[in-house]
Amino acid sequence: MIRDSLGVGIATGLYGTSFGAVAVASGLSVAQTCTLSLVMFTGASQFAMIGVLAAGGTPLASALTALLLGSRNTLYGLRVGPLLEFRGGRRVAAAQLLIDESTAMSLNRPDRTLARVGFVATGLSIFVLWNLFTFIGAVAGEALGDPETYGLDAAVGAAFLALLWPRLSDSVNRIVALTAAAVALALVPYTPAGLPVLAAGGVALLFGLLSKHEDATEFPEAGR
Amino acid sequence: MTIWLAVVGAGIGCYLLKLAGLSLPPRVIEHPVVERIADLIPVALLAALVAVQVLASDGSLVIDARLAGLATAFVLLLVRAPFLVVVFGAALVAALIRLWS
Repeated sequence: MIRDSLGVGIATGLYGTSFGAVAVASGLSVAQTCTLSLVMFTGASQFAMIGVLAAGGTPLASALTALLLGSRNTLYGLRVGPLLEFRGGRRVAAAQLLIDESTAMSLNRPDRTLARVGFVATGLSIFVLWNLFTFIGAVAGEALGDPETYGLDAAVGAAFLALLWPRLSDSVNRIVALTAAAVALALVPYTPAGLPVLAAGGVALLFGLLSKHEDATEFPEAGR
Repeated sequence: MTIWLAVVGAGIGCYLLKLAGLSLPPRVIEHPVVERIADLIPVALLAALVAVQVLASDGSLVIDARLAGLATAFVLLLVRAPFLVVVFGAALVAALIRLWS
Protein backbone atom coordinates (compact mmCIF):
# COMPACT_ATOMS: atom_id res chain seq x y z
CA MET A 1 0.00 0.00 0.00
CA ILE A 2 2.87 2.35 0.77
CA ARG A 3 4.24 1.40 -2.63
CA ASP A 4 0.94 2.46 -4.23
CA SER A 5 1.18 5.77 -2.38
CA LEU A 6 4.74 6.32 -3.54
CA GLY A 7 3.71 5.52 -7.11
CA VAL A 8 1.01 8.18 -6.98
CA GLY A 9 3.51 10.52 -5.34
CA ILE A 10 6.06 10.10 -8.11
CA ALA A 11 3.50 10.46 -10.91
CA THR A 12 1.99 13.59 -9.37
CA GLY A 13 5.25 15.08 -8.15
CA LEU A 14 6.77 14.85 -11.61
CA TYR A 15 4.16 17.12 -13.08
CA GLY A 16 5.40 19.79 -10.73
CA THR A 17 7.94 20.41 -13.51
CA SER A 18 5.11 21.56 -15.78
CA PHE A 19 3.78 23.85 -13.06
CA GLY A 20 7.23 25.33 -12.42
CA ALA A 21 7.89 25.90 -16.10
CA VAL A 22 4.55 27.55 -16.92
CA ALA A 23 4.56 29.61 -13.72
CA VAL A 24 7.78 31.42 -14.64
CA ALA A 25 6.46 31.64 -18.21
CA SER A 26 3.46 33.49 -16.74
CA GLY A 27 5.73 36.07 -15.20
CA LEU A 28 6.28 34.76 -11.67
CA SER A 29 9.76 34.66 -10.21
CA VAL A 30 11.32 31.34 -9.20
CA ALA A 31 10.84 32.34 -5.53
CA GLN A 32 7.14 33.13 -6.03
CA THR A 33 6.64 29.88 -7.94
CA CYS A 34 8.26 27.81 -5.18
CA THR A 35 6.33 29.68 -2.48
CA LEU A 36 3.08 28.75 -4.21
CA SER A 37 3.99 25.06 -4.21
CA LEU A 38 5.09 25.18 -0.56
CA VAL A 39 2.27 27.24 0.94
CA MET A 40 -0.71 26.74 -1.38
CA PHE A 41 0.14 23.13 -2.33
CA THR A 42 -2.97 22.29 -4.34
CA GLY A 43 -2.35 21.90 -8.05
CA ALA A 44 -5.56 23.21 -9.61
CA SER A 45 -5.50 26.40 -7.52
CA GLN A 46 -1.85 26.98 -8.35
CA PHE A 47 -2.45 26.56 -12.08
CA ALA A 48 -5.55 28.80 -11.83
CA MET A 49 -3.59 31.54 -10.12
CA ILE A 50 -0.86 31.66 -12.77
CA GLY A 51 -3.42 31.23 -15.56
CA VAL A 52 -5.36 34.32 -14.48
CA LEU A 53 -2.15 36.31 -13.96
CA ALA A 54 -0.81 35.29 -17.38
CA ALA A 55 -4.07 36.44 -18.99
CA GLY A 56 -3.52 39.89 -17.47
CA GLY A 57 -5.92 39.47 -14.55
CA THR A 58 -5.33 41.38 -11.33
CA PRO A 59 -3.56 39.65 -8.42
CA LEU A 60 -6.86 39.88 -6.51
CA ALA A 61 -8.82 38.08 -9.25
CA SER A 62 -6.13 35.40 -9.42
CA ALA A 63 -6.23 34.92 -5.64
CA LEU A 64 -10.04 34.66 -5.60
CA THR A 65 -10.04 32.07 -8.40
CA ALA A 66 -7.42 30.03 -6.54
CA LEU A 67 -9.43 30.20 -3.31
CA LEU A 68 -12.69 29.17 -5.02
CA LEU A 69 -10.95 26.13 -6.49
CA GLY A 70 -9.30 25.45 -3.14
CA SER A 71 -12.72 25.18 -1.50
CA ARG A 72 -13.00 21.67 -2.91
CA ASN A 73 -10.33 20.59 -0.41
CA THR A 74 -12.72 21.65 2.38
CA LEU A 75 -15.18 19.15 0.96
CA TYR A 76 -12.53 16.43 0.94
CA GLY A 77 -11.62 17.28 4.54
CA LEU A 78 -15.22 16.93 5.67
CA ARG A 79 -15.25 13.45 4.14
CA VAL A 80 -11.90 12.13 5.34
CA GLY A 81 -11.83 14.02 8.67
CA PRO A 82 -13.99 11.51 10.60
CA LEU A 83 -12.01 8.68 8.98
CA LEU A 84 -8.58 9.99 9.97
CA GLU A 85 -9.48 11.55 13.34
CA PHE A 86 -6.30 13.64 13.54
CA ARG A 87 -6.27 16.00 16.53
CA GLY A 88 -4.28 19.01 17.68
CA GLY A 89 -0.86 19.49 16.13
CA ARG A 90 -1.17 16.44 13.90
CA ARG A 91 -4.33 17.89 12.37
CA VAL A 92 -2.62 21.24 11.75
CA ALA A 93 0.20 19.42 9.94
CA ALA A 94 -2.03 16.92 8.13
CA ALA A 95 -4.23 19.71 6.76
CA GLN A 96 -1.49 20.85 4.39
CA LEU A 97 -1.43 17.36 2.83
CA LEU A 98 -5.17 17.39 2.14
CA ILE A 99 -5.39 17.25 -1.67
CA ASP A 100 -7.12 15.16 -4.35
CA GLU A 101 -4.65 12.29 -4.30
CA SER A 102 -4.26 11.89 -0.52
CA THR A 103 -8.06 11.93 -0.21
CA ALA A 104 -8.42 9.26 -2.87
CA MET A 105 -5.79 7.06 -1.22
CA SER A 106 -7.37 7.21 2.24
CA LEU A 107 -11.04 6.66 1.36
CA ASN A 108 -12.38 3.11 1.33
CA ARG A 109 -9.67 1.74 3.58
CA PRO A 110 -10.80 -1.00 5.96
CA ASP A 111 -9.65 0.77 9.15
CA ARG A 112 -8.32 4.01 10.59
CA THR A 113 -4.67 2.99 10.66
CA LEU A 114 -4.65 2.09 6.97
CA ALA A 115 -6.56 5.26 6.09
CA ARG A 116 -3.93 7.30 7.94
CA VAL A 117 -1.05 5.45 6.31
CA GLY A 118 -2.57 5.99 2.85
CA PHE A 119 -3.18 9.67 3.55
CA VAL A 120 0.21 10.52 5.03
CA ALA A 121 2.34 8.37 2.68
CA THR A 122 0.61 9.80 -0.41
CA GLY A 123 0.47 13.38 0.86
CA LEU A 124 4.06 13.51 2.05
CA SER A 125 5.61 11.90 -1.01
CA ILE A 126 3.69 14.30 -3.27
CA PHE A 127 4.62 17.28 -1.09
CA VAL A 128 8.33 16.52 -1.26
CA LEU A 129 8.42 15.67 -4.98
CA TRP A 130 5.97 18.39 -6.07
CA ASN A 131 8.14 21.05 -4.46
CA LEU A 132 11.38 19.57 -5.77
CA PHE A 133 10.07 19.34 -9.33
CA THR A 134 8.43 22.77 -9.15
CA PHE A 135 11.88 24.19 -8.45
CA ILE A 136 13.48 22.19 -11.29
CA GLY A 137 10.72 23.24 -13.72
CA ALA A 138 10.95 26.89 -12.68
CA VAL A 139 14.71 27.06 -13.12
CA ALA A 140 14.47 25.25 -16.48
CA GLY A 141 11.61 27.50 -17.59
CA GLU A 142 13.61 30.59 -16.74
CA ALA A 143 16.62 29.30 -18.70
CA LEU A 144 14.41 28.63 -21.74
CA GLY A 145 13.38 32.25 -22.22
CA ASP A 146 10.34 33.29 -24.30
CA PRO A 147 7.51 30.89 -23.33
CA GLU A 148 5.62 31.28 -26.64
CA THR A 149 8.51 29.78 -28.59
CA TYR A 150 8.10 26.56 -26.64
CA GLY A 151 4.30 26.57 -26.58
CA LEU A 152 4.27 26.83 -22.79
CA ASP A 153 1.25 29.16 -22.96
CA ALA A 154 -0.64 26.34 -24.70
CA ALA A 155 0.47 23.97 -21.96
CA VAL A 156 -1.61 25.83 -19.35
CA GLY A 157 -4.89 25.19 -21.20
CA ALA A 158 -3.90 21.53 -21.56
CA ALA A 159 -3.18 21.32 -17.82
CA PHE A 160 -6.65 22.69 -16.98
CA LEU A 161 -8.29 20.22 -19.36
CA ALA A 162 -6.35 17.33 -17.77
CA LEU A 163 -7.45 18.46 -14.29
CA LEU A 164 -11.07 18.72 -15.48
CA TRP A 165 -11.06 15.43 -17.40
CA PRO A 166 -11.94 12.93 -14.62
CA ARG A 167 -15.03 15.01 -13.76
CA LEU A 168 -16.35 14.95 -17.33
CA SER A 169 -17.60 11.37 -17.10
CA ASP A 170 -20.78 12.79 -15.55
CA SER A 171 -23.34 14.21 -18.02
CA VAL A 172 -24.51 17.09 -15.77
CA ASN A 173 -20.87 18.07 -15.26
CA ARG A 174 -20.36 18.14 -19.03
CA ILE A 175 -23.30 20.53 -19.43
CA VAL A 176 -22.02 22.74 -16.60
CA ALA A 177 -18.53 22.73 -18.13
CA LEU A 178 -19.75 23.76 -21.59
CA THR A 179 -22.05 26.44 -20.16
CA ALA A 180 -19.31 27.85 -17.94
CA ALA A 181 -16.86 27.95 -20.84
CA ALA A 182 -19.44 29.73 -23.03
CA VAL A 183 -20.25 32.30 -20.30
CA ALA A 184 -16.56 33.02 -19.74
CA LEU A 185 -15.85 33.45 -23.46
CA ALA A 186 -18.87 35.72 -23.91
CA LEU A 187 -17.58 37.99 -21.14
CA VAL A 188 -13.96 38.18 -22.36
CA PRO A 189 -14.45 41.22 -24.65
CA TYR A 190 -16.44 43.20 -22.07
CA THR A 191 -14.81 42.59 -18.70
CA PRO A 192 -11.29 42.90 -17.30
CA ALA A 193 -9.17 39.74 -17.45
CA GLY A 194 -9.83 37.39 -14.55
CA LEU A 195 -13.51 38.27 -14.17
CA PRO A 196 -14.87 35.92 -16.89
CA VAL A 197 -13.55 32.89 -14.97
CA LEU A 198 -14.95 34.08 -11.64
CA ALA A 199 -18.31 34.83 -13.29
CA ALA A 200 -18.36 31.31 -14.69
CA GLY A 201 -18.38 30.14 -11.07
CA GLY A 202 -21.93 31.55 -11.04
CA VAL A 203 -22.91 28.78 -13.44
CA ALA A 204 -22.06 26.27 -10.70
CA LEU A 205 -24.21 28.22 -8.27
CA LEU A 206 -27.15 28.33 -10.67
CA PHE A 207 -27.00 24.65 -11.63
CA GLY A 208 -26.54 23.66 -7.99
CA LEU A 209 -29.68 25.56 -7.00
CA LEU A 210 -31.84 24.45 -9.93
CA SER A 211 -30.83 20.88 -10.71
CA LYS A 212 -31.96 17.85 -8.76
CA HIS A 213 -28.87 15.91 -9.62
CA GLU A 214 -28.32 13.31 -6.91
CA ASP A 215 -24.96 12.64 -5.34
CA ALA A 216 -22.74 14.53 -7.71
CA THR A 217 -19.78 14.11 -5.37
CA GLU A 218 -16.86 12.64 -7.18
CA PHE A 219 -13.57 11.87 -5.65
CA PRO A 220 -10.53 11.99 -7.81
CA GLU A 221 -9.10 8.74 -9.03
CA ALA A 222 -5.70 8.08 -7.63
CA GLY A 223 -2.78 7.18 -9.79
CA ARG A 224 -3.17 9.50 -12.74
CA MET B 1 4.78 43.39 -4.43
CA THR B 2 1.03 42.86 -4.93
CA ILE B 3 1.83 39.57 -6.65
CA TRP B 4 3.70 38.47 -3.53
CA LEU B 5 0.69 39.50 -1.44
CA ALA B 6 -1.65 37.45 -3.66
CA VAL B 7 0.72 34.45 -3.64
CA VAL B 8 1.10 34.37 0.13
CA GLY B 9 -2.48 35.45 0.92
CA ALA B 10 -4.15 32.92 -1.39
CA GLY B 11 -1.65 30.28 -0.21
CA ILE B 12 -2.57 30.76 3.42
CA GLY B 13 -6.25 30.97 2.47
CA CYS B 14 -6.05 27.62 0.67
CA TYR B 15 -4.38 26.08 3.73
CA LEU B 16 -7.13 27.40 6.00
CA LEU B 17 -9.77 25.91 3.67
CA LYS B 18 -8.07 22.53 4.11
CA LEU B 19 -7.84 22.93 7.89
CA ALA B 20 -11.52 23.92 8.02
CA GLY B 21 -12.42 20.71 6.20
CA LEU B 22 -10.63 18.57 8.77
CA SER B 23 -12.01 20.61 11.68
CA LEU B 24 -15.68 21.30 10.92
CA PRO B 25 -18.35 18.71 11.73
CA PRO B 26 -19.32 16.75 8.57
CA ARG B 27 -22.97 17.75 8.86
CA VAL B 28 -22.25 21.19 7.34
CA ILE B 29 -22.38 19.59 3.89
CA GLU B 30 -25.40 17.45 4.55
CA HIS B 31 -27.50 20.07 2.81
CA PRO B 32 -27.82 18.73 -0.75
CA VAL B 33 -27.78 22.16 -2.43
CA VAL B 34 -24.53 23.15 -0.70
CA GLU B 35 -23.00 19.82 -1.63
CA ARG B 36 -24.05 20.13 -5.29
CA ILE B 37 -22.71 23.66 -5.60
CA ALA B 38 -19.42 22.69 -3.96
CA ASP B 39 -19.08 19.80 -6.41
CA LEU B 40 -19.88 21.93 -9.45
CA ILE B 41 -17.56 24.87 -8.65
CA PRO B 42 -14.35 23.14 -9.77
CA VAL B 43 -16.07 21.89 -12.92
CA ALA B 44 -17.27 25.38 -13.90
CA LEU B 45 -14.01 27.13 -13.00
CA LEU B 46 -11.71 24.64 -14.72
CA ALA B 47 -13.85 24.66 -17.88
CA ALA B 48 -13.82 28.47 -17.93
CA LEU B 49 -10.06 28.47 -17.38
CA VAL B 50 -9.57 26.08 -20.34
CA ALA B 51 -11.68 28.33 -22.58
CA VAL B 52 -10.11 31.62 -21.55
CA GLN B 53 -6.58 30.27 -21.51
CA VAL B 54 -6.87 28.93 -25.05
CA LEU B 55 -9.06 31.48 -26.83
CA ALA B 56 -8.63 34.85 -25.08
CA SER B 57 -5.84 37.29 -25.80
CA ASP B 58 -5.76 40.85 -24.47
CA GLY B 59 -9.52 41.12 -24.12
CA SER B 60 -10.52 39.56 -27.41
CA LEU B 61 -11.08 36.05 -28.73
CA VAL B 62 -8.51 34.66 -31.13
CA ILE B 63 -7.82 31.30 -32.70
CA ASP B 64 -4.13 30.43 -32.83
CA ALA B 65 -1.64 27.66 -32.10
CA ARG B 66 -3.00 27.30 -28.56
CA LEU B 67 -6.20 25.71 -29.93
CA ALA B 68 -4.15 23.08 -31.76
CA GLY B 69 -2.36 22.47 -28.46
CA LEU B 70 -5.70 21.92 -26.71
CA ALA B 71 -6.88 19.56 -29.45
CA THR B 72 -3.68 17.58 -28.93
CA ALA B 73 -4.35 17.46 -25.19
CA PHE B 74 -7.90 16.23 -25.86
CA VAL B 75 -6.68 13.36 -28.02
CA LEU B 76 -3.93 12.44 -25.53
CA LEU B 77 -6.49 12.40 -22.69
CA LEU B 78 -8.78 10.14 -24.77
CA VAL B 79 -5.97 7.59 -25.05
CA ARG B 80 -5.29 7.98 -21.30
CA ALA B 81 -1.84 9.50 -21.60
CA PRO B 82 -0.30 10.63 -18.28
CA PHE B 83 -0.55 14.27 -17.18
CA LEU B 84 3.00 15.24 -18.16
CA VAL B 85 2.62 13.80 -21.67
CA VAL B 86 -0.66 15.70 -22.12
CA VAL B 87 0.80 19.02 -20.98
CA PHE B 88 4.11 18.87 -22.82
CA GLY B 89 2.49 17.24 -25.90
CA ALA B 90 0.20 20.28 -26.19
CA ALA B 91 3.16 22.62 -25.77
CA LEU B 92 5.16 20.77 -28.42
CA VAL B 93 2.37 20.93 -31.04
CA ALA B 94 1.80 24.65 -30.39
CA ALA B 95 5.54 25.32 -30.65
CA LEU B 96 5.88 23.38 -33.91
CA ILE B 97 2.93 25.24 -35.48
CA ARG B 98 4.52 28.57 -34.54
CA LEU B 99 7.83 27.41 -35.96
CA TRP B 100 6.30 26.54 -39.33
CA SER B 101 3.88 29.46 -39.69
